[in-house]
Order: sequence, then C-alpha cells, then structure tokens
Amino acid sequence: MQEVTKLIHKYLRHDKKFPHVWCPGCGIGIMLGALVRAIDRIGYEKDEIVLVSGIGCSGRLPVYVDFNTLHTTHGRALTFATGVKLAKPHLKVIVVMGDGDAVAIGGNHFIHAARRNIDLTAIILNNSVYGMTGGQYSPTTPYGMRSTTTMYTNIEHAFKISELAVTAGASFVGRGTVYHAVMLDGLMEKAFLKQGFSVVEVIAHCHTQYGKLNRMGGPVEMLQWQRDHAVTVEAAARMAPEEMQDKFPIGVLVDRDLPVYTEEYDRIRQRAKLGEEKSA
Amino acid sequence: MRKRNPNEMLLQGNEAVAEGALRAGCRFFAGYPITPATEIAEIMSVRLPRLDGTFIQMEDEIASLGAVIGASLAGCKAMTATSGPGFSLMQENLGFAIIAEVPCVLVNVMRGGPSTGLPTFPAQGDVMQARWGTHGDHPSIVLCASTVKECFDLAIKAFNLSERFRNPVVLLLDEVVAHMREKVVLPAEGEVEIVDRVKPKVPPEWYIPYEDTPSGVPAMANFGEGYRYHVTGLTHDIRGFPTSRPDEIGPFNARLFRKVSQHFREIEMGEMDFVDEADITVITYGCVARSAKRAVRDAREMGIKAGFLKLTTIWPFMRGPVDRALKTSKAVLVPEMNMGQISREVKRVNQAYSHVHTLNKVDGTIITPEEILGRIREVV
Repeated sequence: MQEVTKLIHKYLRHDKKFPHVWCPGCGIGIMLGALVRAIDRIGYEKDEIVLVSGIGCSGRLPVYVDFNTLHTTHGRALTFATGVKLAKPHLKVIVVMGDGDAVAIGGNHFIHAARRNIDLTAIILNNSVYGMTGGQYSPTTPYGMRSTTTMYTNIEHAFKISELAVTAGASFVGRGTVYHAVMLDGLMEKAFLKQGFSVVEVIAHCHTQYGKLNRMGGPVEMLQWQRDHAVTVEAAARMAPEEMQDKFPIGVLVDRDLPVYTEEYDRIRQRAKLGEEKSA
Repeated sequence: MRKRNPNEMLLQGNEAVAEGALRAGCRFFAGYPITPATEIAEIMSVRLPRLDGTFIQMEDEIASLGAVIGASLAGCKAMTATSGPGFSLMQENLGFAIIAEVPCVLVNVMRGGPSTGLPTFPAQGDVMQARWGTHGDHPSIVLCASTVKECFDLAIKAFNLSERFRNPVVLLLDEVVAHMREKVVLPAEGEVEIVDRVKPKVPPEWYIPYEDTPSGVPAMANFGEGYRYHVTGLTHDIRGFPTSRPDEIGPFNARLFRKVSQHFREIEMGEMDFVDEADITVITYGCVARSAKRAVRDAREMGIKAGFLKLTTIWPFMRGPVDRALKTSKAVLVPEMNMGQISREVKRVNQAYSHVHTLNKVDGTIITPEEILGRIREVV
C-alpha cells in the first residue's frame, strides 16, 4: 500500500461522511497532511492525542481525524485545551486555529497561553481573511488589501502572529507555508516534541475569498506567491531590512527551554501537601 | 466541658460552597477574581493542590468556563465561581456545555446590576439570566441557596445533578448568603451521596456518544480512555458529527429537554409550610427566604393564616408546589430583590386560582421581615 493510503486508513475517520467542507484547492488539506505525518513519525497513540479547534474553516479539521476531538467556541479553543491538559497532563493536546480565532476573538487567550508556557501545541492557519463567513478582513489582513468589509482597502495593520508568540513567551515558534510542505512536516514534529507552549504559524491562501477580491489568481498563483515571498530564517538573517520589506521569514523563529506550567504545578502540589502556604 | 464536634464549623457561604464542592469530588477549578465570589477561588487554590487537583486563575471568565469544560471532558469534576459581569461573559460557553452535554458546576454569587452595578451589595437580578442567558432554546438546572448549610448541600447536589444529567448546573447565591457566617454541622465522610457520570459499558467500536437512551442521558467516555469521539458545539447526530438533517436535529433537541423534564422529581427541591388553607402564602428564594420565614412566623402569631414556600430549585420551575400554593391560598406574595422575575413565572402558572402580589426591592439591601409582614397585612 502507498504510504499516503496507509496514513489515510490509519488516521482519517471511517464513519465520518466525506467529502470535507473545504473549497477545492484550499491549503488546509496540506496542513492536515503535515499534522498527520508529524504525528505518525513521532508514533503517538491515537488515544493520547486530543485535537482541539475553534470556529471557522480550520475549526472543521478535527472532525475528520480519528483522535479525541473537540470543536469548541470561536476563539476559545486554547482555554478548553488548557482544561484538558491540566486534568490529564499525559495527553498530547494540539490546538488548531485560524487567524481570526487565534489573534482576534481569541487574542487574549493566545498571549496568556504563551505566557503561562502551558504544554500545548497551537497550529494557526493564517490565510489573512475570515473565509467561512465570506471574506471579511482579519487582524492579519495586510494594510491596503481588500476584503468584503474593506472594499475601500484595509487601513489597519496586520499582526505578526509568530513574533507575537515569541514576545508573549512561547517555548517554540515556527512559521511555515503550505507551499513549503516538507518544511511544515518538520516544524510540526519539532513543535509536538517540545515541552511547553509551541506555535506553528501556517501561511496559507484563501483563493475563494481573499485571492479573488485582491486579484491574486487561483490556488497555484497564490502558492507561487508564498514561494516568492517566504525567506528562510537563515537567509533572512543575512538580508537588509529593506530587502525583507515584502518578505517574511519561515523556519524556527525560537526554540528555548523555559519552565513548563504542568511541571511547575506539580511542585505546587508537593508544597501544598507539606502545608507551606502558611509559612510563605 | 462539652466535647467539640469536629464536623461543627462556623462557615461563610462561599467557604461552604468550596467545602461541598470538594466533598462532591471537584478536582478542578478555573476562575477569575470577582467580588463577591472570590473567596471560593482563594480556598480552592489552597485546597485543590493538596488533593492532587488543579486550580488555575485564567485571563477572564470566558477562559475560566472553557477550561472547566475541557477538564470535565478529560474526566475531572470541575467548577468555576463568579458574579454578575463574569456570569454574562460565561453565557456562550454555558451553551456549549449544554449542547455538548458536559457536566460542570457554575456558581454565580448575585450582586446588584446591570453592568458593574453594586459589587458588594446583594440582589436577585440574575434569575432569568440563569434560565435564558445563553442563546438558543435549551434546558437549565439552577439551584439557589438561602443558608450556609444549604451552600454546602447544594454544591454537592449541583455536582451530582450535573454528572447524572450531563448538563451544567448553575448554583445561585447572593452576596448576603455568600458572606454570612453560620454554624453548620457538616455530615461525616461517607454520609454524603456522590453521583458520578455513567461511563460506557460497551467496547469503543460500539460506543455511540450521543445515543438516544431511554433516560435521555448517554454514557460519557472521558478523553484518553480509548473511546475516541467528536465533541462539538454544532448540532450533531448521535455519533457527535455535525448534522443539518431535520430528522436528526429535532430528536436531538427533544432529548436535551427530555433528559431534564423526564427526571423532574430528582431535581425538584423546596420547603413548604402551612400552605394549605392559607390566606396568603409567601413564595420565596435565596436570602429573602430568611426574612420571609420570620415574617410568616410573626404573621401566624398575629393570627394571620400565612404559608411559606421556598424554591430551592429555581429552574426547571417547580410548577407542582407553586400550583398547589396557588390553589389552596387566597393570595400569594412573591418578595424578591429585582423588579419581578420569579413573580412573572408564578403569574404564568396561576390559572386565575389566586391573587399574585409582589414586593420588589432594588436598592442593594435585603428585604426585611418587617417589610414582608407589612405587605402580608396589607394584602390580607
């Protein structure tokens, strides 16, 4: 059997009615492929994975895969995931969000999950738009671009999700694109294995909404755009700021060892049992 | 000297809630500081880690209930505690817990509102929000305490009902009951009935997570125990997958209601005194029930045939006992610290059996026995 067929049989749900909800040519499928390949490579048991999502196109991802899956409310996926992780720390909790989910409605939860350095992996599909609701601008829509709610062009400035995560205190932050699919597998694998809060930002395209409104072409042209505008972290380090003006770095942005929340809380439990709250 | 009973304590309402929750098996608390509920979080932050449980202070109340639901799905009995503004923020995730059928307990210590309102003053303004605050049609289980002992008992009951029916349970307190201290005698360990969620008895491949069982309550598998299934806030079929089929949506919504309505007797709790042949029965709940009890006693000493009905279960509404009070009393009086929330419900149940009178107070102070007695005498 082909490797990909084996993965499909092992990880996709047999009792779920396909086809999926995503548009033909969407990048979410590539992201899902990378996620499954990384999980398979590490060799996690399906029972120990909890896959949590928010709302939107990316929110529909967990329903197709054979893990413990949880499709929560808009922007709140990280909060549910926090509860799951703290209740059962041995579970591997992975959170899939869109850009609206992670840095608009759920922005507060995102920075605080990073600050706590709770052992979760956040995978953020950044397609610069609210796709499912029909192409409204999001906090990652670049300045000057069109959406169905910025028909006179966007006057807000885009969040840099990965840089935000670095500043907020995440242990691992990587950025990839759905064009650089092989790199994406590697970033996810590293993120899953990292103790602490890990983030993988996945730059993707929404040709149906964002691409159409901004005359960026179809999926192929938009993937080519990713190829032409992404620069590896190593190459970016050698480039002048003006050369990086319309480019973005991909690869591992940060990989550092910081105290992990669940381990710290275990120490709190030990102290609590010794009755240390009084002497403190 | 009399030997001190170790179970005899002087407790505050909020402390009693924490004691009751821990006794019920609560091992996870997520919350956000808010007056007048904060003591519950403070106690849980000290006690839970000693019991290998977890306390976390989240970034807001939305996150708090989210974490509680996540912990419950992973198999922990979990709760949060808040007050008015926080309760408003929790409404969306409260709806999630209802549709995904996740047991959890939400304590709301009522304070004056709307908005920031009166953080340190009591009110009973959240009674209807507790019923209808989250969007969409849904069942609700809401209990209301009027004594410190009841705070303990109802915290346990709230967990038991939530585990039994896979529905979130809201426990309403008010600032008076939450901060008041009373002597309580707690039951000894093992004397309290503890209910746990029913787990699937079938192997994972046979498990239907949202099966329409005779009781209306499907068995619940916890994450990580081999039963991999999908949990969603979308309306779903019996396997948990989103559906848009009317023949699946209708039965699903009907079952959500049925699992509460079918077991009404297990949920209904109250206290009834002298209702039959009363000239006037006071229907009351929360801290006002304390004043009402005194007022009824004083009225009876004065020769007025006054009755007393306390609603401990607020939702689902105790139609039976209220119906009986309305049929047997010439008049009923509903004193409450809002402009008329439960009185409307009483009027809805009243089929021209009786006169329904109200006594409303929204100045941040409790309704006194004298005020209720005065109103009783006015009506009779």
